[in-house]
Amino acid sequence: MNRLSGYFFQRPKLVTLLLLSLPMIYMLVVYLGSLVSLLVNSFYYLEEFTGLVVKEFTLGTYAQLLKPTNLGIFRRTAGMALAVTVMDAIVAFPLAYYIAKFASPRLRTYLYIAVTLPLWSSYLVRVYAWKLILSKEGIVSWFVDLFHMNFALDWILSIPGVGGSSLSLSPLGMFIAFCYIWLPYMIVPIQTALERVPKSLLEASSDLGATPSQTFRNVILPLAFPGVVAGSIFTFSLTMGDFIVPQSLGTSRFFIGQAVYSYQGTAGNIPLAAAFTMGPVVIMIVYLLIARKLGAFDAL
Amino acid sequence: MPSKSQGDKASFGLTLGAIGTLLFLHVPLMIIFLYSFTTDEATYTFPLPGFTTKWFGEALKRTDLWDALTLSLKVATLSTIAALILGTLAAAAVYRSDFFGRDAVSFLLVLPIALPGIVTGIALRSAIGSLSIPFTFWTIVIGHATFCVVVVYNNVLARFRRMSGSQIEASMDLGANSFQTFRHVVLPNIGTALLAGGMLAFALSFDEVIVTTFTAGQQSTLPIWIFSQLVRPRDRPVTNVVATIVILITFLPIFFAQKISAESSESEGGSK
Repeated sequence: MNRLSGYFFQRPKLVTLLLLSLPMIYMLVVYLGSLVSLLVNSFYYLEEFTGLVVKEFTLGTYAQLLKPTNLGIFRRTAGMALAVTVMDAIVAFPLAYYIAKFASPRLRTYLYIAVTLPLWSSYLVRVYAWKLILSKEGIVSWFVDLFHMNFALDWILSIPGVGGSSLSLSPLGMFIAFCYIWLPYMIVPIQTALERVPKSLLEASSDLGATPSQTFRNVILPLAFPGVVAGSIFTFSLTMGDFIVPQSLGTSRFFIGQAVYSYQGTAGNIPLAAAFTMGPVVIMIVYLLIARKLGAFDAL
Repeated sequence: MPSKSQGDKASFGLTLGAIGTLLFLHVPLMIIFLYSFTTDEATYTFPLPGFTTKWFGEALKRTDLWDALTLSLKVATLSTIAALILGTLAAAAVYRSDFFGRDAVSFLLVLPIALPGIVTGIALRSAIGSLSIPFTFWTIVIGHATFCVVVVYNNVLARFRRMSGSQIEASMDLGANSFQTFRHVVLPNIGTALLAGGMLAFALSFDEVIVTTFTAGQQSTLPIWIFSQLVRPRDRPVTNVVATIVILITFLPIFFAQKISAESSESEGGSK
């Protein structure tokens, strides 16, 4: 045992290599291998008549993405992701600001846990909660009825692209559920960014005659911005790749996640599903490059 | 750590906004609690027409639920064990030396949770499919392990960085060999980090649905069972009960894991 220990002690590089070999083999073979297989599959195509995947190189599958219906799916999904991101930034800000600047250390720990707890648990249950709340006979309808606002709800539900047969089956309902589920991902980075703003900076601003709202606009907001961008990486990416929310609360108009899910499932068209996922991957890479320019990675 | 001057208080509007956001985060879950006691079988009527506890009994009698729960627990246990081993090894390697490609290792480990779950899911599906491996319990575990590793890795690496290297040197100087040092010095030090990372990895696996729908065959994990109810609600009252139970059993482990992580990052910040 001691001789073995001494042998390793004199060869630190070998030890590092040994430690690293198992996790790296796993990640390279299973994960990276799968991603490569996905990429390769996206260059194959599905023979329409036989329903079998033909393993020949083609760009035809990618060409199918340019069909108007598929472009519509991309546009719809990216639009939703953008709307959710903006809304989450607005809703997250007050709480993030409060935790970063006003909460006592003890309260801060508990508020932090209150924010991050939902990240780890019950993703589906939280989607389910909105199914209950937004349903036709549910709580929101009850309140709307109580205040005699039915005409307003009906009007909103009649707007194409926003409404649907009921709140729990409409893009608006999806929007609310998405905002709710990804909100913690926005709060944490904004809080981190704000915690780094020294108090003296805010005091200097007010000493120089700025009103609180001027300080907020000209000092706090610009410094919180990298945090917002960091949070937006999550809200944007997660909204784009999700199929649970559209499937549960959406209409028959597809989102990227659903398209991938149904092409590979019932149709067995793995090439098209693979090509479809390259959309979010490319969008996310571009997004990450822009985010890095804006300093988002320092706020993570 | 920012010091606070006396009389430094948040404005009324900000406090209200913060409380509003906090309520938005937590009230919906409480509504599920409420609904698990409803007498309404076919819809989600509010206010509840009546109170009953009979659905808890009904849910306990359902064998499909027990099967799904057992499968989820088995998958989460195995994925967590795999993540603990792989994540700790990777963290140790990255901590102890400054080798070329260190950032690449971190990047590769983070990738499964940074990319949308659907990418990981369909990638695994196409790979498993092209190798003609049947979709079984093991393919679910393999999929889950890929994104659980990073949680353990992050927790353990953070702990390694806080641990002073002199402890290890002292142990070696006092005549312990590498294995004894690992057993008696390193392991006790990273114990709570392993616990926190392990619990979070378990929670992540127990709750996962997107990757699972692609890597599972006919098996139904608990999240898949809930998802099927979301799309086509058949057993609304039982689903309400299941949702409530899931919240209850995941709450405590995650709460404590978060507290361990939060406290160790607090003390880390304090020592800077």
